[in-house]
Amino acid sequence: MNWNFIIFSLVKIAIVVGVVQGLVAYSVLAERKISAWIQDRVGPNRTAPPFAKYIPVLGPLLTRWGMFQPLADGLKFLFKEDFTPAGVKKIYFWLAPMVSIIPAMLVIAVIPFGSVMPLGSTLGTQKMVIADLNVGILYTFGLVSMGVYGIVLAGYAANSKYPFFGGIRSSAQMISYEISMGMSVIPVLLIVGNLNLSQIIGWQSGHGWLVMYAPLSFIIFMVASFAETNRTPFDLPEAETELVGGYHTEYSSMKFALFFLAEYSNMVSSSAMMVTLFFGGWTLPFWGLNLPAQSLVMGLVQVLVFLLKLCFFMVVFIWVRWMFPRFRYDQLMDLGWRRFLPLALANILITAIWLWIRS
Amino acid sequence: MAITVNRKPLTFWEKLYLPAIVGGLKVTTKHAWGTLFQGKKVTMEYPEQKWTVPTGYRGAPYLVKDQDGDTKCVSCQLCEFVCPPKAIRITPPGDSGLKADRANAEKMPLEFEINMLRCIYCGFCQEVCPEEAIFLQKDYSLTGLSREELIYNKEKLLALGGVSPGIQKWKHKLEEAKEQESFPVKV
Repeated sequence: MNWNFIIFSLVKIAIVVGVVQGLVAYSVLAERKISAWIQDRVGPNRTAPPFAKYIPVLGPLLTRWGMFQPLADGLKFLFKEDFTPAGVKKIYFWLAPMVSIIPAMLVIAVIPFGSVMPLGSTLGTQKMVIADLNVGILYTFGLVSMGVYGIVLAGYAANSKYPFFGGIRSSAQMISYEISMGMSVIPVLLIVGNLNLSQIIGWQSGHGWLVMYAPLSFIIFMVASFAETNRTPFDLPEAETELVGGYHTEYSSMKFALFFLAEYSNMVSSSAMMVTLFFGGWTLPFWGLNLPAQSLVMGLVQVLVFLLKLCFFMVVFIWVRWMFPRFRYDQLMDLGWRRFLPLALANILITAIWLWIRS
Repeated sequence: MAITVNRKPLTFWEKLYLPAIVGGLKVTTKHAWGTLFQGKKVTMEYPEQKWTVPTGYRGAPYLVKDQDGDTKCVSCQLCEFVCPPKAIRITPPGDSGLKADRANAEKMPLEFEINMLRCIYCGFCQEVCPEEAIFLQKDYSLTGLSREELIYNKEKLLALGGVSPGIQKWKHKLEEAKEQESFPVKV
């Protein structure tokens, strides 16, 4: 048994889960702050633990930025009454939040968030990815499409019409976008010739970011991932203005929080996928950052680069929410099936022909 | 009768959603930039910043003193009777009661209570008062931890009210009456 592998895997899992949950918590804050700025407001700037005012400059500043808000929100979710309405289908009602959070968390496992960490001769060099799967992309697509079951189950289990509508919309939406999303990645696979995400990043460090080779793929992938994560303009399953809260109308307390976490984890993993597939993952084309790290500092810097790129896409996710009104149900279908699917197919064909001419 | 609305079909350019995307980008960026760096936020951070109360605002009614610091109220109880929600309760001094502060007044209330939870800020008390002893002032945020705390007594009302802006009895009533004789009415 390889103890080194087991221990380091556990450590990596702990760190990644911690970082992702932290990112999720603070992306909620970012969402509220950015929304506020766009709407000429200030955003959360009051919440603070009692000791914050005794810290000289930093305390009031952090309060002003709302840095303690996620802690208060988390605490609130934990202590709220976990209410189960009468008439729900209990098993599915309990199952749905789990089904929705588990795939969202599992996707992160295959994403390389850094090159390697050289930790000296005894500990060896550790790869900065939890599972370096050769079927990385297929694994992510498999899991991401699992996420919809949570939503559909929630809609079905709640025994109420608004969640039911949300569930139906979600399933239809997922089917129409999953295909375009899968198709949009095929040109990437054609160009790189590998399904392993680490190898895709490796290819990009040699040849430049894939967004330059397959920009259309990137656009389709991005739009599809907005639809996948139920973000505006494709937030039909939630649609606060139409469906009360959509699939999670009947949920409260930690069960609701799990849906919330799942949505934001999905955003994190979608951003991570975009960064990995199209924007070179942890690489930067200067200062020798596009090669696997030789020292610990470089390794850490590359993790930071990855996180920064990820945060950029998170901001885009949040920003786009205030740019567009929600698509209508039929417009969404139209866009998925009649616009993006043919476009993705044409993109595959063009890329294939281009590669064939070049070879 | 059904009216057919003429809908213009979208042009190819519009169908691409690109103008909409650019427009959305422009608007959101402009607003975020304005709020972040130019201080163009439209909200007011309430407990620290407060709005300026306009003149003629009807806030909480308080009792006022005259120029000598004496109670103006003569316990006539008109305000108590006119008060629509019955928020005012006056205890008159009675036969052998309290003498007024002022020389030229007969009496003053033994106790004057306004229940601020009942008060609807209508201003009838101010309007009816023959002595100009009660005025709706600019306080609008009255809070307390119990119901009893929000029943203000005479002492508290006098302390909060301050000295009246109109010192001379009847002068303002007279001016008001004169102004109402000319048309159009200014007041």
